[in-house]
Amino acid sequence: MSLDSNQQVFINEATELLQELEESLLELENTPDSSDLIARVFRAMHTIKGSGAMFGFDNIASLVHSIETAYDMVRNNIMDVTKPMLDYSLKACDIIREMLADPDIKADSPLAVEITDYFSRAANIQNQKLPDVQPERDSTARGELHTFRITFKPSLNIFMNGTNPALLLKELREMGSATIITHVSDVPPIDDIEPEKCYLSWDIILTTDKNENDIRDVFIFVEDDAVIDIKAVDEAFDDREKKLGEILLERGCLTESQLSEVLNEKKRLGEIMVEKGLVSAEAVDTALMEQAHVKSVQEKKAHASETASSIRVPSERLDSLVDLVGELVTVQARLSQIAAQRNDADMLKVAEEVERLVWELRDNTMSIRMLEIGSTFNRFKRLVRDLSIELGKEIELVTFGDETEIDKTVIEKLGDPLVHLIRNSIDHGIEKPEERIAAGKPAKGHITLQASHSGDSVLIEITDDGRGINRKAVLEKAKSKGLVAENAELSDREIYELLFASGFSTAATVSSVSGRGVGMDVVRRNIEALRGTIEINSSEGVGTTIVLKLPLTLAIIDGLLVTIGGQFFILPLSIVNECIEFNRSENKSGSGRKIIMVRNELVPYVPLRSFFNIKGEEPDIQQIVIISVDGRRVGFVVDSVVGDHQTVIKSLGKAFKDIDCISGASVLGDGSVALIIDIMKIYNDIG
Amino acid sequence: MEDKTNGNDNISQVLTFKLAEEVYGVDIMSVREVLDFSSVTKVPHTPDFMVGVINLRGNVVPVVDLKKKFRLGDTERTVNTCIIIVEVVIDDESTVLGALADSVQEVVEFEHETIEDAPRIGTHLNTAFIAGMAKKDNGFVIILDVNAVFSMTEIGTYTGVAAELAAGQ
Repeated sequence: MSLDSNQQVFINEATELLQELEESLLELENTPDSSDLIARVFRAMHTIKGSGAMFGFDNIASLVHSIETAYDMVRNNIMDVTKPMLDYSLKACDIIREMLADPDIKADSPLAVEITDYFSRAANIQNQKLPDVQPERDSTARGELHTFRITFKPSLNIFMNGTNPALLLKELREMGSATIITHVSDVPPIDDIEPEKCYLSWDIILTTDKNENDIRDVFIFVEDDAVIDIKAVDEAFDDREKKLGEILLERGCLTESQLSEVLNEKKRLGEIMVEKGLVSAEAVDTALMEQAHVKSVQEKKAHASETASSIRVPSERLDSLVDLVGELVTVQARLSQIAAQRNDADMLKVAEEVERLVWELRDNTMSIRMLEIGSTFNRFKRLVRDLSIELGKEIELVTFGDETEIDKTVIEKLGDPLVHLIRNSIDHGIEKPEERIAAGKPAKGHITLQASHSGDSVLIEITDDGRGINRKAVLEKAKSKGLVAENAELSDREIYELLFASGFSTAATVSSVSGRGVGMDVVRRNIEALRGTIEINSSEGVGTTIVLKLPLTLAIIDGLLVTIGGQFFILPLSIVNECIEFNRSENKSGSGRKIIMVRNELVPYVPLRSFFNIKGEEPDIQQIVIISVDGRRVGFVVDSVVGDHQTVIKSLGKAFKDIDCISGASVLGDGSVALIIDIMKIYNDIG
Repeated sequence: MEDKTNGNDNISQVLTFKLAEEVYGVDIMSVREVLDFSSVTKVPHTPDFMVGVINLRGNVVPVVDLKKKFRLGDTERTVNTCIIIVEVVIDDESTVLGALADSVQEVVEFEHETIEDAPRIGTHLNTAFIAGMAKKDNGFVIILDVNAVFSMTEIGTYTGVAAELAAGQ
């Protein structure tokens, strides 16, 4: 391997580490004493420094070294995390990124020097203050997961000294995954209950990275007032002996059905013990719960080691794989068609088998391209933090549905529109703290990013609890710009629609953040280029929600194959509502209005034949494909409907870049080309 | 072969083809392949000279009718009708396009000196499309500049057609 490719690997790795580092730093800002986060920050810094020096990025190594020293002191409890420290750390992330892109930036560039100075100063001050030994660490390994069985039996009088056992349990629950069993057997009949006494006791099965001493610390104030027993249990469950039934089965002395019969007859061990009065039913329940807990933890462990075995593949290889699968789908369609024509049973069988395999292959390949949207969301945390400071606003970004998966290409193209929308929310949506308090809202504003699946699309909602959209102002502005007539009465929806008009901007002053009026129309174009839609909902004073609806994938869609004048066209199946017969002679409307009655509902329609200027005689009976967008229905008249079609989308290329009613093409089974109709575009044009 | 020593710089290999009884040529370096005419899918809202798109081994390739473009009349589809697949540079990006020809003739070698600049008058064509003219047998071969013929401003002239049609609905 040449040095250059090694350096490239380092750059990739460092970029990922920086992302992780930035996330950890931002989290650390909220929880400055989380040892876990500090360790993560330190680890990331350490790796960047180490491999940076190895691959000749000395500038990065020397910069990170000073920061790492500071975080090492934080890690060893010599120093606390401070706000300026985090600010400088984030700045350092930025400059390291620049250094990765341009190795000529030296470690003595002004910003780098400022950062290095700050951290070495901070470290020196602390060193002088606290030159003594570091606190000794526990020898029992922290960090690795252990399971403990904790018996906690407080004395009757525990309430007297103001202890609330519930709080202790809560504290345990926060340490890891805990199963808590409450024992109520000591509770006397209701007449005898003294409300100031505690009759309950608990068994807690806790799986945590903390050690026994940490757990004991939780009970430090009640030690004298309670029976506390802590035992590590996980080792006991590792190797399990074979059960009698299994051995007999293996030796062939017993068949499986016989065994299960006997097992069903047999009472469960616990039930037998309870019957014989050896143990109480409660004790059995406790043991069973412990079993279940340990089992789930072990499953999780196994799962974790499974996911760890992933490989890194350059995305170009994936792209070419997807292209190949696309071609395979096309060839397979052809094979199926030929097999159907030949009507040869053997060939049909093979064709069906191939079809099944190809579809499975397609689904698998597509799923490889799916990425969780969380990484994109996390990018915005930094954006929100920096912008809100700049604008003097208090804003928190909350994200939901980080694990929602969406095609890599969609994610890549989604970044810019989302940045625009979030900037808009920060700049126009969320008010200044004083304004918010005056309006009776909490000073801190919230922006919520939420992703979820809905059929074959992904919904992304951006919600802010700001001032909402001032419909009147929007309308006034539109009138003054001549976008609508002076006396126009517009519905809310039509008013929001105005925001997408190009050159429209409502902010009275142009700030560095937004308000140049280049935002929303570009956002919409980008989203529509992804075959998505965008919708605004807002109520004044309460906030604004913007919903983006995006397709799961761009490469292959389910399409409805139709013909017009002997030529094939494809409509995206996801928005097709129904197909009905359209009899021209019956629907000859004198007024020339193109509206049809469908189950007592008036539906406007577009005759695609004349829309596309396709010559030839219309057949007497045509089909009308009814689509539904935003709850409105529109019909499209075609000659005939062929059926559904796995559509591998091909671009028409540069020569047709100005065509706006055709979004692409697809190769059919017989080798001919079908054009994909851009329904949304036609719909918007006529609407 | 002995020409090799002189370098190929001096030689142009030209694929010649016929449009309305006149012989045209394109530099062989920009030709990818020649196909028999097969079914072409017309794309709506495009000018007449855009015949449509064809399936070239799974890729969708646009086809231009040069005769219509040069206003030489309609192309009658015969057994000799061919599609010449060329690679052109549009907006600094390499793109594959097809050109309809009445028939494809042969590959001819011309020395650079024998290729003359396009005359200012006497052709049906906009001289910007012509890379040069060369004598062959008793006639001329008009050598086209493919990049100019297929440049975006030339085939992109239909911009606005679609908008007009949509407005008409």
